[in-house]
Amino acid sequence: MVDIKRINEGDYELLRVVGEVDASSSIELDSAINEAIGSGGKKFLADCSNLDYISSAGLGVFMSYIEEFKKRNITFVIYGLNEKVQNVFEILGLDQLLVIHSTKEEGQTALK
Amino acid sequence: MNYSYKIPCRKEKLRDIRGFVKEVLNKHSISEIDVSTLVLAIDEVCANLIIHGHGCNPKDSIELEIKVAGDLRVEFNIIDSVDMFDISAYKEPKIEDVVRKQRKGGIGLILVKRIMDDIQIIKESKKNICRLTKKVELR
Repeated sequence: MVDIKRINEGDYELLRVVGEVDASSSIELDSAINEAIGSGGKKFLADCSNLDYISSAGLGVFMSYIEEFKKRNITFVIYGLNEKVQNVFEILGLDQLLVIHSTKEEGQTALK
Repeated sequence: MNYSYKIPCRKEKLRDIRGFVKEVLNKHSISEIDVSTLVLAIDEVCANLIIHGHGCNPKDSIELEIKVAGDLRVEFNIIDSVDMFDISAYKEPKIEDVVRKQRKGGIGLILVKRIMDDIQIIKESKKNICRLTKKVELR
C-alpha cells in the first residue's frame, strides 16, 4: 500500500513516499521517519509527489514528529503533494505547522 | 440510488471501502474534491469502528449504505451492532495540543466533523447507525 525509500542525496536524505497511507499502512511511514531521524541526519526532504492518499493515521505520524524535529534541530521538508492530499493537510491546518513546498527545488532551497 | 457494502472488520479492507465509495460517487459525476473528502470521511469512521469497535476481528462485519438523492445530498449509513461513539458530540482538541503531546491519533474525527454537513447516531433495537450527510457539487 505504501512504499518508502530512503535515498542519501549528499547534504540531505530524501524519503520517497509512494502509494496510500491509511490506518493499515501508517506504521510503515512511522518506522521510516523514526529510522531516518534516528540515523543522526539533520536535513530531510519527503518526496510526496506519488503519495496518492493520506488519512488521519498518516497525518498523525507527520504531526507526532513536529516536536521531535524541533528538539533535535531537524529540518524536515515535504514537497509535491497533489491537490487532494494538500487539501487534507489544509482541512486540519497542518500546512501551517509543517514545512510544505510545491517542488523539489523549492524544498531544497528551504533546507539551506 | 442506493448502494451497500458489507465489510469484514479488517484494516486491510479500508482500501476496498475507499474504492467502493469512490466508484459510487463517480457514477453520479460528483466533483473530484467532494469525492476525495467524502472517501476520507468514510475511511475515518470505518477505520474507527473496525479498530476500536471490533479490535480488527475479521469474523465481525460492518455495513455501509450510500444513498444519492436528486438534490445532490449524499447520505452514508454505517450500520453496526456495537455501540458507537457519538462523533457529533466529540469536542475537538486543538491541533497545537495534539502536536505538543506528540499524539498520533485523535484527529480522524476532527476531519469527519469538518467534512460532513450533518452527523447523527441512531440507536435501534439490534443495530446502531452512524448517518453522515453532505450536500455535494457536480463536476
